[in-house]
Amino acid sequence: MADSTPGGYGSEPGPRPAPGPYISAVTNRTTNLVIRGAMLFSVGVFLALVLNLLQVQRNVTLFPPDVISSIFSSAWWVPPCCGTASALIGLLYPCIDSRLGEPHRFKREWSSVMRCVAVFVGINHASAKVDFANNVQLSLTLAALSVGLWWSFDRSRSGFSLGVVIALLATLATQLLVYNGVFQYTSPDFLYIRSWLPCIFFAGVITMGNIGRQLALLTVMLIS
Amino acid sequence: MTLRERLRQKISAAFYHHGLLCASYPVPIILFTSASILTCCYPLLRLPLPGTGPVEFTTAVRGYASPSHNPLGDPVERPDWYRGPPVAYIQQVLVKAAVSPWGSNLLPVDAFRPPLGQVFTLLEEIRNHVHSDSSGVQSLEHLCLQVTDLLPGLRRMQTVLPEHGCLLVSPGNYWQNQQELFDSDPDLLKTVQKHEPKGLHTSATLRDLLFGVPGKHTGVSHYSKKRVVTYTITIALSTYDAGFLGSLRARLKQLHPSANCSLGEEHMVHVHFKEEIGIAELIPLVTTYIILFAYIYFSTRKIDMVKSKWGLALAAVVTVLSSLLMSVGLCTLFGLTPTLNGGEIFPYLVVVIGLENVLVLTKSVVSTPVDLEVKLRIAQGLSNESWSIMKNMATELCIILIGYFTLVPAIQEFCLFAVVGLVSDFFLQMFFFTTVLSIDIRRMELADLNRRLPAEAGLPPPKPGPLRPREAPPPPRPSPHTITLQTPAFRNLRLPKRLRVVYFLARTRLAQRIIMVGTVIWIGILVYTDPAGLRTYLAAQPPHLGGMAPVFPGGDPAKALSVLPAREATPLPENQSQRHLAPGRVQEQPRGPPAATQVPWGAEDEEGWRRLSFRHWPSLFSYYNITLAKRYISILPVIPVTLHLGPQEAPETPRHPQDARLPPDPIPKFSSPDLQAADLTLYKVAALGLAAGVLLVLLLFCLYRVLCPRNYGQNGVSHGRRRRGDLPCDDYGYSPPVSEISPLLLRGHSMDIECLASDGMLLASCCLAGQIRVWDAQTGDCLTVIPNHNGCWEQRGASWDGAGGACDPESLGCEGRDPCVGGDSASEDEGGGFPFRRHAPPLRPPLFTDQPDLTPLIDTNFDSRLPPSSVHAAPPRGAAFDYGGLVERAYTEHEPPSPAAYPSPSYSSSPPTAGFANCRRSPVEAPDRGFACGPPPAAEWEGSVWAMELRGNLIAAGRSSGKLQLWDAVEGSLRCSNEEGASGITALAFLNNRIVAARLDGSLDFFTVELNKPPGLLQYRGAPGRGSMPPSPCYSSDDLISCQLTRSVLCAHQKPITVLRAAAGRVVTGSQDHTVRVYRLDDSCCLFTLQGHSGAITAIYIDETMVLASGGQDGAICLWDVLTGSRVSHVYGHRGDVTSLVCTNTCVISSGLDDLICIWDRSTGIKLYSIQQEVGCGDSLGVISDSLLVTGGQGCVSFWDLNFGDLLQTVYLGQTSDGQGVRQLLVLDNAAIVCDFGSELSLVYVPSVLEKLD
Repeated sequence: MADSTPGGYGSEPGPRPAPGPYISAVTNRTTNLVIRGAMLFSVGVFLALVLNLLQVQRNVTLFPPDVISSIFSSAWWVPPCCGTASALIGLLYPCIDSRLGEPHRFKREWSSVMRCVAVFVGINHASAKVDFANNVQLSLTLAALSVGLWWSFDRSRSGFSLGVVIALLATLATQLLVYNGVFQYTSPDFLYIRSWLPCIFFAGVITMGNIGRQLALLTVMLIS
Repeated sequence: MTLRERLRQKISAAFYHHGLLCASYPVPIILFTSASILTCCYPLLRLPLPGTGPVEFTTAVRGYASPSHNPLGDPVERPDWYRGPPVAYIQQVLVKAAVSPWGSNLLPVDAFRPPLGQVFTLLEEIRNHVHSDSSGVQSLEHLCLQVTDLLPGLRRMQTVLPEHGCLLVSPGNYWQNQQELFDSDPDLLKTVQKHEPKGLHTSATLRDLLFGVPGKHTGVSHYSKKRVVTYTITIALSTYDAGFLGSLRARLKQLHPSANCSLGEEHMVHVHFKEEIGIAELIPLVTTYIILFAYIYFSTRKIDMVKSKWGLALAAVVTVLSSLLMSVGLCTLFGLTPTLNGGEIFPYLVVVIGLENVLVLTKSVVSTPVDLEVKLRIAQGLSNESWSIMKNMATELCIILIGYFTLVPAIQEFCLFAVVGLVSDFFLQMFFFTTVLSIDIRRMELADLNRRLPAEAGLPPPKPGPLRPREAPPPPRPSPHTITLQTPAFRNLRLPKRLRVVYFLARTRLAQRIIMVGTVIWIGILVYTDPAGLRTYLAAQPPHLGGMAPVFPGGDPAKALSVLPAREATPLPENQSQRHLAPGRVQEQPRGPPAATQVPWGAEDEEGWRRLSFRHWPSLFSYYNITLAKRYISILPVIPVTLHLGPQEAPETPRHPQDARLPPDPIPKFSSPDLQAADLTLYKVAALGLAAGVLLVLLLFCLYRVLCPRNYGQNGVSHGRRRRGDLPCDDYGYSPPVSEISPLLLRGHSMDIECLASDGMLLASCCLAGQIRVWDAQTGDCLTVIPNHNGCWEQRGASWDGAGGACDPESLGCEGRDPCVGGDSASEDEGGGFPFRRHAPPLRPPLFTDQPDLTPLIDTNFDSRLPPSSVHAAPPRGAAFDYGGLVERAYTEHEPPSPAAYPSPSYSSSPPTAGFANCRRSPVEAPDRGFACGPPPAAEWEGSVWAMELRGNLIAAGRSSGKLQLWDAVEGSLRCSNEEGASGITALAFLNNRIVAARLDGSLDFFTVELNKPPGLLQYRGAPGRGSMPPSPCYSSDDLISCQLTRSVLCAHQKPITVLRAAAGRVVTGSQDHTVRVYRLDDSCCLFTLQGHSGAITAIYIDETMVLASGGQDGAICLWDVLTGSRVSHVYGHRGDVTSLVCTNTCVISSGLDDLICIWDRSTGIKLYSIQQEVGCGDSLGVISDSLLVTGGQGCVSFWDLNFGDLLQTVYLGQTSDGQGVRQLLVLDNAAIVCDFGSELSLVYVPSVLEKLD
């Protein structure tokens, strides 16, 4: 995560007469967008890999020696997809904020973002490691945790609605993929997967939106 | 609402009182908190250390029953984990087989082929063993641990390990438990080796798993000396049936009796395994920890405006960590044993508890008014934030309570920990952190006080008035400013605390030592507490003192981990020696006494599994996806089986035809192959380690080269570099308060400001247009305007009295005569078109021969105060006015200047320079435009002001025409003008009643300002020294002031003088001829010529304490002792010119053309850190006090803490800073800063917070 936190060159009001190449590159709108997208993409890929590992761990208590290579080889397109999705979400959130005209001002700090990411990983961890009595319980718990995440770090209505919509769409897409046999769950138990997938998606959307907003805030400070 | 308000008030009052309490009694409270933390953490001592191996527990076989899940008041002390049935019971059948006596007709293969062949009959026996008693018929199929598939990644082991059936492993598995396959196998050893993993392996290999004894002890090799083959048949049982096992044992013993075997069979050992962490499991864990550290980093970065950031950040982290420990400790105390993996949930707990409250507290306390008492500040800060803190805490508790009602045990446990952690965190915040904060703030105030006192005491004594009348010269003091320099060792070095700590650590190597001691202690504890380790060994030693070997030689996990267990003593040493003598005929050697061959059974066989790797069992079970982590297995006593195969029996076993062809022992192998293998492995390990080390070093080196510039040690550009841009607003939105101060803008000049001078009360500025304005430094009012145009000329001339007035008609007249003189420098050289030739045609040739070489003038940095652009603009035109200056000098020398008699030639040379001054701002087109504007407007007859000084009430202005003018600052009238010098005045110093002017041609003129008054009126009119001067003018307008050239040092330097500074009765000049000269102000006598630079001198600093520093074009900075003229230190600091230099008591601050500001330790010459400036603003800097540095930037000035290099505040000069850089910066005595800002001046009062901090 450390790479996603460039030093804040900012708050110099007014354009400088001769900004250095780096500054001009960062303040250029397109380049900036690309940089942000790349950052979000890498974060998404990284989180996807790690969380995938967590989920695999649930089904296999002990990894055979070559499990890591098998994870990286099995569905290679999953992490890039997650990365792309997170980049889109991370760019979409600040965009929607600016469209609605209400800049998100709640807890706009990197430490808060870090906290959010940690809680997101924690939710994944819980869903992977904790044994629940039944799927309903799992679903409810995860839903409560996700909403708690939203309330702690976002608290914006636009964020919530966008999160719900994207989570539903993503779950639908995953189900379609599975029904068409493109992709397989690690566990054959459909109900179990279906119970946690939307919640995880929702929490992920909130997290990526949070990161994206923070990056965008940095940009705003930089450009203005 | 009223209830809420009342509650709020109550909370706030409570916090207020609490804050008072904490700030009043810091030490007792901290002691109390530490005691409570320790008390709460005490139960943690019972938790096991991380990193120990598996734990064992031994029970008797007789009367064994599987332990229940809920031990009810068991009198026998048993470990916590000994609960419920084990994962499996391990029954090993230890087979030792020997072919004896060894016949000479036997091949080496015969040593192990028949014994191994026996395994199939044994297996058959075991599988078919049936025990029937009253409860029914028991067979192995019922009792054994049924396993399913192997893990998907282990397909290659499918042929070897059992699937879908009993977990029963033996060497027979190599041949799928089929005798036929075994018989038809041409090379047994190859089959065994085939499954061995390549490379190094520390964990259990397949060979170990199947043989059940370490590879070295099996005896399955061509070169085995003992010819005893050892292997085990390992059976994993899911249920324990004493009857079946007893009958099996009896049956096997009956079939294959072991005569000399006295293995105990009374004890079974339960082995509990710890959590195993593989890389794959580690990745998410590491990720969470990385996120945690990022969180902590970003949080603690926000701590600001305190004495010690690091201390407070540490306190914050300690608060959170110890609250977690307290929470675990409390939970353990009340009987809640943690079942969750502490390492896994720890980051989440930290994140849930968070550092926010701590930061909010700090911010709130810091933002209270600084002039309050510390106690009150703490109390106020606490009570301000009390409501939000309570609210947040209540919210978090609610969320966690909701989590508690999910009724999932793991989440409930997590929530419990979190709740207790939150509460204890609140407790610690209130007691521990608040107290630490109060101590910190108090320290800040104390430091403030300490720093201020000596600063005031060390102020220079009020100096005598600047214009002491000449009739009463000051008594010849030896040296009023002599300071006694202590030897460097006694000087009070005030390094930043951070550096001091680092130095301390480096000096004592504390960190390494602590780590070493800690490691040693840890290893010691591990060795001691390990079940198979030292303690057991020590306990077991005495009864075996007379015996042959320690009981469990391989039991130590450290040993078991190693690839090669210690070789056992060879039982037949004589045999080995024979081998050594006749290595080629080993096979033919009949084995010792054939009849005496006994299969040895020793104590070490009793628990042979101890010699295996401690990961043996976990890896065996992990193949079937059964984890042993945090579970245990019970190992039953082994069943010994001895097989004696007679020599006649051995060949009967079907030999494979290929066996005979097996190569005998290769001759060159002198050492035993085992030893050789050991050596080989050792070499491999060593080589690998070496390679890895080299690779690591290379990698680090590459990293270093990538991250650090090549000239790291030389000028350390990246060393501690701080980019300005980073900090004015850091990336989480917090910025040091910017808008607090609004600078006072002094408007009025029409062009960019060129010279600035101040004496504390008044401020004089001169713009490129030649207009001089005088401002009140307190209020910013414009007092006087001294224009430089013709319109004013008449009225000013009319008002002039006597001395100055005489020259104006001539000057006006000569203007018309020589409008453009320096326009063509080439013609000057030739002398053809030179208009002045008529003045002194015969004199010129001799004059020009002894002139200083003027070509280097091209790159003159006249004065550091000149805008840098002028430096770049100078070259194309240098020659033009150089020669003008030469000619002027010729005239001044050979035609005594008398303004009334001659039209001063200086006038004639002024137009080009004035024109140049006008064009100076366009450096790009300078070469051609300079001449284009050569014929200047008639108004600018005086030349532009190149240097200006302000003392008392007088402005001394040195013009490019060589004129020195004294203006009355208040009335704006010209008091006196001296035109004796013809070369442009590049620098001025005005000290006491002396004015020193440095000219372009390298000469140095000393002037004395005299008051022409009746002696009776010659009283001292206040002391216009720095700072303490009253604002009243010290020269009344009716005084006659004359400025007389007392001495002119013609060749002060060989090349033009670039810098002139005066202080402490000394005048210091720096020149392009690489030397610095020190003159005494009183008698203008040259004291020293300081040589040491290898480039032109560009910056000089001297102050009242006689600190002299000089910087040159070579980027070097020299510190000199003014009393002896010796060089104290010499450092290379910059790439390119040193543009300005300031010294404080402890450090030297330099700026260079590379836009870096470097801060050096004055006594050691070590660079403390450097600050990256914006382009073009590098040389504007000033020191307000010993610890406060101010630098100019693009449209802003920044205040830095000099001790730590932290940016304290940034003040923007205008709303719309269109890139105007601050090029000049002047620190006034009333802690205000004046800086030029385009055509405006900006007066910034140092913010009160900074004053306090400083």
